[in-house]
Parts: sequence; C-alpha cells; structure tokens
Amino acid sequence: MKKEILKLRGVKVHFPVQAGVFNRVVGHVLAVDGVDLDIFRGEVLGLAGESGCGKTTLGKAILRLVEPTDGEVKYISKDDNETELTSLEKKDMDPFRKKLQIVFQDPHSSLNPSFTIFGSLQDPLKKFGIKSKEERRKIIGDLLEAVNMRREYMDRYPHEFSGGQRQRIGIVRALCLEPELIVCDEAVSALDVSIQAQVLKLLMQLKKEKNLTYLFITHDLSVTEYLCDRIAVMYLGRIVELCDSEDLYNNTLHPYSEALISAIPVADLDKQTKRIVLEGDVPSPVNPPKGCPFHPRCPKATDICKTEVPTLKKYSTNGNEHYASCHLIDLPEIS
Amino acid sequence: MEDKNNIALSVRDLKTFFYTNNRCNKAVNGVSFDVEKGKTLCIVGESGCGKSVTAATIMQLLPTLSRIEEGEIKFQKDDKIINIEKLEKNGKEMREIRGSDIAMIFQDPMTALNPVYTVGFQISENLKYHTNLNKKEIREKCISLLNDMGIPLPEKRVDEYPHSYSGGMRQRAMIAMAMACNPKILIADEPTTALDVTIQAQIFELMDKLKKENDTAIILITHDMGVVAELADNVAVMYMGNIVEAGTADDVLRRPTHPYTKALLESVPVLGRGKNQDINPIKGSTPDPYNRPIGCQFAPRCNWQTESCDVMPEITQINETHQVRCHKYEQFFEKYK
Repeated sequence: MKKEILKLRGVKVHFPVQAGVFNRVVGHVLAVDGVDLDIFRGEVLGLAGESGCGKTTLGKAILRLVEPTDGEVKYISKDDNETELTSLEKKDMDPFRKKLQIVFQDPHSSLNPSFTIFGSLQDPLKKFGIKSKEERRKIIGDLLEAVNMRREYMDRYPHEFSGGQRQRIGIVRALCLEPELIVCDEAVSALDVSIQAQVLKLLMQLKKEKNLTYLFITHDLSVTEYLCDRIAVMYLGRIVELCDSEDLYNNTLHPYSEALISAIPVADLDKQTKRIVLEGDVPSPVNPPKGCPFHPRCPKATDICKTEVPTLKKYSTNGNEHYASCHLIDLPEIS
Repeated sequence: MEDKNNIALSVRDLKTFFYTNNRCNKAVNGVSFDVEKGKTLCIVGESGCGKSVTAATIMQLLPTLSRIEEGEIKFQKDDKIINIEKLEKNGKEMREIRGSDIAMIFQDPMTALNPVYTVGFQISENLKYHTNLNKKEIREKCISLLNDMGIPLPEKRVDEYPHSYSGGMRQRAMIAMAMACNPKILIADEPTTALDVTIQAQIFELMDKLKKENDTAIILITHDMGVVAELADNVAVMYMGNIVEAGTADDVLRRPTHPYTKALLESVPVLGRGKNQDINPIKGSTPDPYNRPIGCQFAPRCNWQTESCDVMPEITQINETHQVRCHKYEQFFEKYK
C-alpha cells in the first residue's frame, strides 16, 4: 500500500511587486497558484516545466525556504502522525528540516568558498546533537565514500573540486542528517552529459540503499522519464498534468505536455517526430491570461478555454490514475 | 570527393594555443573539417573540448593570450579563396568578412547584447558598415528582419532596449543581427543552451528556414546529442582539442566507431525509451588541459585502452564521409555492428 509522506493542499506562493517612491504593492507574481499534490513514500516524483513556471518555488515552499502565502503542507511520519508544516513556529520546524532536505541547482554557488567541505558539512550535524568532532568526521567521511569520493577530500576547499564533484558534495550535505525526502532542484542541469549520468546513477543507487523519496525538479523531460515513477507538469504556477511517467509519453492528455515532449530533441535518428512549435513566450505570472493559462499558446484552444479556468480532473489511462486540467479531454472523468 | 564549389569553408590542421602563466593550453590541436553550402555541421563535445575556441578562431575573435599556431582556414568568397588565418585580426579585410560573410550567434543572449543601445541600433550597425543602404532603408530592413524572426510589433520593438525582451526574443534579435547581411556562413555557439525547450524549438525552426531559403552554411556548436540528431547533416565529435570522429549524421549516430562517441550516446537518457533503459556514465572526468595524457586523449577513460593508445592515433577514413581517430576502431566497429 502506498503511503503519503507529504500532502500539499492549495499551496500558493505570491510575491508582491513593489513600485514607486513609497514601494507600494502594485501587484503579485503568482509563482505558485494553488497546487494539490501527494508525494508517496519511496517514489521519485518528477516536477517538470519551463523556466518561470514555479517549480523551484514550489520545491522551496515545501521546505519553507520560501514561505507559502496560502495552503497546507502536511508531513506524515512513518507512524502516521500528520503535522501541518506551514503553521509551525520557526524553531518547531527544526525536527522536520532533518527529514526534508534539498540539493540545490548550482553546485558552484551553493558551497561557501571560505570553509572546507568538513566546515560546511558539520554544521547541521552539530545542530542535531552530534557533539564529538571524531564522530562528525566519521559520518561525513563515510558519506563521501558512499558517493565515490575520497575521505580526505573533506579538508579541501570547494574551489578544488569540479562541478560534478561539488554536486556530489551537495548530495552528501543533504544526506548527512539521514532525511526521508530530498528535493533535487535541477540537480544535474549544470553538469556535462558524462558527469550527469554519473550523478543520476548515484542518486538511484542511494535511493535504493537509504530508502529515500525524491522530488526531482527539472526542465529536462528525458531525465524525468528515466528517473521518475510519476511526473507532474507545471505551467504558470499550476499543475496541468500528473500521471505515471510512462503514461505521460504514451498517453499524453494535455496539449502543453504534448508540445513540450515534441520539442525535446531526441538523440535517436529512428525516433524523430514533428515538432509542435508553440508561438510566443510563457506569459508573465504577474498578469496571467484569463481562462486556461495556456490558451494563448495552445494550438487547440476553443472559446471555452478563454473564459473558464479548467480544474485538475482525474482520468484513467492504462489502468493508472491520470490527472489533467484541460477542457478538451474526451475521456470519462473518474470521481 | 565532392564538388569543390560546394564547400563554403574549409579548415585544415588548425591549432590554437593559449598561453597563461608560462603554460600552454593546446585548446584546439589539429582540427580539420569542411562546411558545405546549405548544410549544417554540428560540432559536439563536453565543456572544455575546444568547440567554442574553434568557432572563435574562425571569426578571429580570440583573446589576446591566444594565437593561431598553424593550419589554414580557407573561406570561399565569390570566386576567390581567402585564407582567414593570414588576415590581420582587426584589419580592414577581416572586418569586412566578419559580420557580413561569416556571422556568429553567441551562447548567452543576456550578455551578448549591449544593454545601453536599442535592439534596432545594434542590428543596424551591421548594415551601416557592410551595405550602402541609407538611414531610412536600414530602419526598414531592421523592422523586416525582426518581423521575419517572428517578433510581434516589430515597428515598436525595434526602438526598445534588450531588457524589455524575453530570453527567446533576445536570441531571435541576435539571429536577426547575424542574418542582417545574408552571411554565407552562420556560426551558432550553443544558441539554445540558455533557453527553454519550447523556445528552442522555435529557434531551430527559424534556423532550418534560413538554411533552406538562403543556402547558408551553418556551424552549430552544441553538447546535446539530441540537437545533433534533429538538425545535423554532418557531425564532428570533439574531445580535448581533437576531432575524434566525423561524418554524416547517419554515420556517427547509427554507426559510432569511436568509443567516446558511443559513450556519449549511451550516457544520456533518451525520451521514449522508458524507465528500463540503461545509461552508462563515462568513468572519470575530462583531464586537466595543462596536464594531458600522452597519446590518445580519451585513453584514461576508455574501456578499450591498450598499450598502443600511448601514441596519438591517426585519422582513418572508413568510407568517403566517415572518419575516426582511434587505434581500435575495427574491433570496436565489429563488436557493435
């Protein structure tokens, strides 16, 4: 039986836009605009979308690195205790920080250049009660070895490492408190292809060994297909499609996902398809279009799309749950 | 061999070295290729393999610490053949070629445009120096270029500054700038790396159109094998300053004969192959350019390494179009046939 680890209900993150001499608030950037999502224990959930669609903000909102404006983030522990994270005081959040960790996008800016690796990595261990230095060195050393790096590296400075190595250090940092869920925010995007494959393999191996759950945020759908069990596609702060990763490719329901998939260059001469070229850019999240947020670029848009906002409805493809928000889907809805 | 007239640019045994702190980085170490009119040559490789330096060398846009050591770059202009490497960097002739006959699209549209001039001004600079159009005609040409690139309201947009353009629009403005004088060769240095896939598809569509309509030769520099499969007519795979394998897209992607090409193809997940596909990372990382392995540069990371790899392999011509630089290619090719 699948058990949830996180339940998001109506999560919204709005950033105020200020202007003028008195910094009056003139509008809001609707970075994340009402997201409902369940993350199950032991799965890899992919969160895909173009830049500016709010995927990173959502990842950070889960960890409260960005405060959600509205909505609930519920953490469910192994023995079924539910805790609402958004309403907690800052210091009450600490035990949950241990459970929920993040690997940041840019390995070059996420390590402090003036500390050694051990210096950067020991802080969370100190905070969570590992008092002896010997023990901290042992934990970090073991983890460095687990990601195929040498134990001695912990006394070096970040500038001595290559991008792929730094990203692995970022993974060690996330792992050192033995978390249950790791948010991987574009963890492999800044790396060269050969190094990217190394890190992907490592992530899969660690997941098996340590029984982790990943929320894998990326714009690269070929990586999500390889890595993820389920994929959520975001557009302008909302989830437009959520389903099993294979169904996303074989039974695409939303026209946006369809265009996104067709736009990806495939390194296989036998699998070349016709690109669906979307016109224009992603609209500004300050002033999203009325109706379906995708309708100005949608090749299939009809009149109803211009006025009514579609909701995320449940369908079934291949016997799996398949959520999509589009007016034009022919399948019967499941309650 | 093919008809000589079809070749727009021919590079032979090009070497570009960088000199810093009394050390020498052989960034491009003996590269040869031809670019045909109306065809796309994709140069692929990881970061640091010398692909961008090759492009900068052709444009004579190298920084002062580097120089072209030897080799030739022959550019066919009308019926004359010009040796680009012999021209003075900022001399009259080079400046005549740069921008009008050979144009370049840079990687990062956010930094390649000057924020204090309007987009129209930056496009018109090219036309001002390379054509005899008057002010009014230049403006009209700018607007029609932006219109061709699919920028909405070009009459208004032409007077705006780069900051009010989105990433995709800036890249399109860059392409408009490069295409202003109908160049014979367009060098695109990772033109879509900073962009989203849907915008990338728009840019590719545009480049395809330009290639067909103007018979432009395109050199596309990329690290993404997917892009290669979609756009390339010919492919050159670079590793540490050398071309290790070259041929038509069909040759290289369907019948890779160099272990590096094969490894590169196997290291990325391919869309549509599902969850059970196997990806194989290349072991280790690219060597320090100041402390290179002797012989074949890929040998330390290669599963096929033997003693003979201590000597740099020569280029072997497999068939008319397909060439490879590896000692073991025959056995390798046999195995994966």
